[in-house]
Amino acid sequence: MNSAETSPPSAAAEPAGWVTAQRGADHWQVGDVTLTSRFLLGTAGYPSPKVLGDAIAASGSQVVTVGLKRQLSAAGDNGFVDIIRAALAGQGARLLPNTAGCRTAREAVQLAHMARELYDTAWLKLEVVGDEYTLQPDPYELVVAAQELVREGFTVFPYCTDDLVTCQRLLDVGCPLLMPWGAPIGSGQGLVNPFALRTLRERLPDTVLIIDAGIGAPSHAAQAMELGFDAVLLNSAVSQASEPVRMAGAFRQAVEAGRDAWLAGVMAKQDYAVASTPVTGNPFLLNPAASAGGLVLPGAGSAGGTR
Amino acid sequence: MNTPDTACHIADTADALAPRAAIAIQLDGQPRFVPDGCTLADLVAALGHAPQAVSTAVNEQFVPRGGRARALAAGDSVMLFQPIVGG
Repeated sequence: MNSAETSPPSAAAEPAGWVTAQRGADHWQVGDVTLTSRFLLGTAGYPSPKVLGDAIAASGSQVVTVGLKRQLSAAGDNGFVDIIRAALAGQGARLLPNTAGCRTAREAVQLAHMARELYDTAWLKLEVVGDEYTLQPDPYELVVAAQELVREGFTVFPYCTDDLVTCQRLLDVGCPLLMPWGAPIGSGQGLVNPFALRTLRERLPDTVLIIDAGIGAPSHAAQAMELGFDAVLLNSAVSQASEPVRMAGAFRQAVEAGRDAWLAGVMAKQDYAVASTPVTGNPFLLNPAASAGGLVLPGAGSAGGTR
Repeated sequence: MNTPDTACHIADTADALAPRAAIAIQLDGQPRFVPDGCTLADLVAALGHAPQAVSTAVNEQFVPRGGRARALAAGDSVMLFQPIVGG
């Protein structure tokens, strides 16, 4: 088999490396940090530290989330955090500590300070949960915490709902980006309210928007990117897969495909069919009988054919 | 000549620390006793942690690594946090 047989017809039309170069130029910013991967990965729930490390590598992620645990015993973390640090060093990625488990702004602020000290980063995924059943973010506590943390020099990534006004308030207090949910954490439901997400994208065109939580399949991630979101953050969909490393790769491709689709311009939906073949006039010679009952095949004695 | 025991031991009862004077604290929500004069840094070391391996809070207030030299007071609630995986 020669290369001509294995290459897609369009490949010869573009110089080698064209796609890579185009993607490389498609970066995004958090402050003065430039990122090219649009896939942020969580680190919880993997079957082993090695699988986690391999999944981080397969994801190509440049931002991975970590947490803090109250030290109820002297037990360690089975080496997960060391694996994470090693994996990140290998691909120049960053840690994004979270404030998971916090229910008030005060709790979140205290935990944020601990995270900054432990992980030596001012980046923070701010989580303040307001409902135990849905783990829905508490918008009031979230804004209070974000305001204080921004004042104290944190770069706050707020995990929020898709409510436009809450999002605007978070931007008002100095959050450099927003992380609205697609669906409740760990639910795998995908984007349950595309209308709200489209509204966010349209009303906040210059804001970095990351879909965080609820994504269960690569198609969900692609949908988020096709809607124009800047990145996605997910955890369980990868860590709970039968093959997490393979799934991390699948998400990577889906995110890239969705981003490319957004940049390329997804066609507008139409209510009715629109012919795609550019015909002029009739493509077939029709027997006059066809207009009464259908196409008459050559040699057929009648429109019904023979048995 | 006996060298005074200045190490911070953690005990379930005050008697276990005798003859040193002990104070009662809460450690990660559990009642514990430590010698009077024990600092937060001493406590972290007594638990077997390197200073940079944990973050600390006393009475629900973050205490940075550089502030752990203060002596604990009776009734203090101490919490330690460590890195862990997260989403």
